[in-house]
Amino acid sequence: MTTTYPSPSAPEEHGGEHEKNNLTGFIIFLCSESVIFLAFFSGYALLKTSALDWLPAGVEGLEWHMPLINSVVLVSSSGTIYLAERAKTRGSLWGFRGFWLLTMALGSYFLYGQAVEWSGLEFGFTSGTFGGTFYLLTGFHGLHVATGVGLMTLMLIKSFIPGNYNGGEQGVQATSLFWHFVDVIWIILFLLIYVWQRS
Amino acid sequence: MLLFDLLAGTTFYDPVGGGDPVLYQHFFWFYSHPAVYVIILPVFGIFSELFPVYARKPLFGYVYVSLASFIIVGLGLIVWVHHFFTSGVPQWMRNLFMVNTMLISVPTGVKVFAWLGTLWRGKIRLTTPMLFCLGGLFNFVFAGITGVMLATVPVDIHVSNTYFVVGHFHYVIYGAAVMGIFAAIYHWFPKFIGRMPYEGLGKLHFLLTFVGANLNFLPMHPLGLMGMPRRVSSYDPEFAFWNVLASLGAFLLGVSIIPFLLNMISAWVRGPKATHNPWNAIGLEWLLPSPPAEDNFGEHVPVVISRPYGYGLGKPLVEHQAELEQALRAAELQEVSR
Repeated sequence: MTTTYPSPSAPEEHGGEHEKNNLTGFIIFLCSESVIFLAFFSGYALLKTSALDWLPAGVEGLEWHMPLINSVVLVSSSGTIYLAERAKTRGSLWGFRGFWLLTMALGSYFLYGQAVEWSGLEFGFTSGTFGGTFYLLTGFHGLHVATGVGLMTLMLIKSFIPGNYNGGEQGVQATSLFWHFVDVIWIILFLLIYVWQRS
Repeated sequence: MLLFDLLAGTTFYDPVGGGDPVLYQHFFWFYSHPAVYVIILPVFGIFSELFPVYARKPLFGYVYVSLASFIIVGLGLIVWVHHFFTSGVPQWMRNLFMVNTMLISVPTGVKVFAWLGTLWRGKIRLTTPMLFCLGGLFNFVFAGITGVMLATVPVDIHVSNTYFVVGHFHYVIYGAAVMGIFAAIYHWFPKFIGRMPYEGLGKLHFLLTFVGANLNFLPMHPLGLMGMPRRVSSYDPEFAFWNVLASLGAFLLGVSIIPFLLNMISAWVRGPKATHNPWNAIGLEWLLPSPPAEDNFGEHVPVVISRPYGYGLGKPLVEHQAELEQALRAAELQEVSR
């Protein structure tokens, strides 16, 4: 069935609207991610406050100097990714790549530091709820850091495709949002696990 | 975390290793309570969309109805503990979640009264979709009342894990949600398929569904109050009377699907052709031929110039609406004469 429609008064361009919507979807994804982390955090707090013997036998507590350095590294990487984004909006693609690479390096250092810490611990995943929650929280967060570094690699490769960043920059924006998110999660995690040691 | 407990040997939920089994219930219902709202919220949307069409009046309190949706979503996130008041939950938590749960009845009440306000002094047409909407609304109000009863901690402790709970959620899910979905199917079937479903079969379907659902689920409430536990396949002889009634209702419900399927299949194959707007409804989808062409409006996207649900106000929804409808009618006449 064909019908002829009278032409509308003003044809509109809808391209820009859709791009914004893509980022909205990513923000909703981050919201659901934060609910998962919220569940983990509250579960951790509940298990910790109700435990009789929180620390397993032979464990005095967690060493917090190395993790603190790790935290500083991750927090500063949030600054460098911001600088990378700013360089890109100013049109300096090489500045973007430089700061982007620096962020990736900081993220990778964080993962390295985490691995060193894990290998030096005398308790395991099955050492009661203390060990379980510790590895679950840091591991799940570490997976997110690894994902973030992976996404950044992808964006870095995409930046070498000519004309790729003329307009469609949601990938970079989304990666940067994700990175800030992972950073904030780490700060809460650090406070919960390393700072809050005495129950 | 359950997987780790079972496979890797962690003790998140195992009290022997310092874990907490109630934590599992918290996690489960923290997700699953909002998930049941995913079932009912679209049906609220169907009610809000269909009542104005068949009462020929704008949706009463449009802004408040939509605001209530957001409030329900927000409150729905903080009521999950009401699913396990009886499992060693501290008293302050019970009180908090009882109050939160009862608060939900405020925005849902706003919606119910807005729908009633839409019906009030409207020109009501008792078509099949409207009958399903009205039946669904009736059942939903009933489910809401038992819901407030269940939210009350002392009542909940008394009837927890009995058929009262089963009756409550069947009223919500089948009585309200499924009937709302049936209403939507009958309402938009002409638009999807291009043919009209049969009213007679539809009304028979409604009658069997409504009577069947109430006969099936209403006896569950006295059974629950008498103490019949759920999740047990057999029952004591003292519960027989109400159980027989419920079984009769269940058979009726099963039979009610027959006219529905018959209606859908025969209307799809040889039902009368649907015009572009058989219900005389206001909305963009009703300014398209039935069934709509691919890419709907194509190049000529209409510009909306008035608010939704403008029934009885006599204002066009889009620019050049008169020409648009004339073109649709002309195309339909051409189709008939061919």
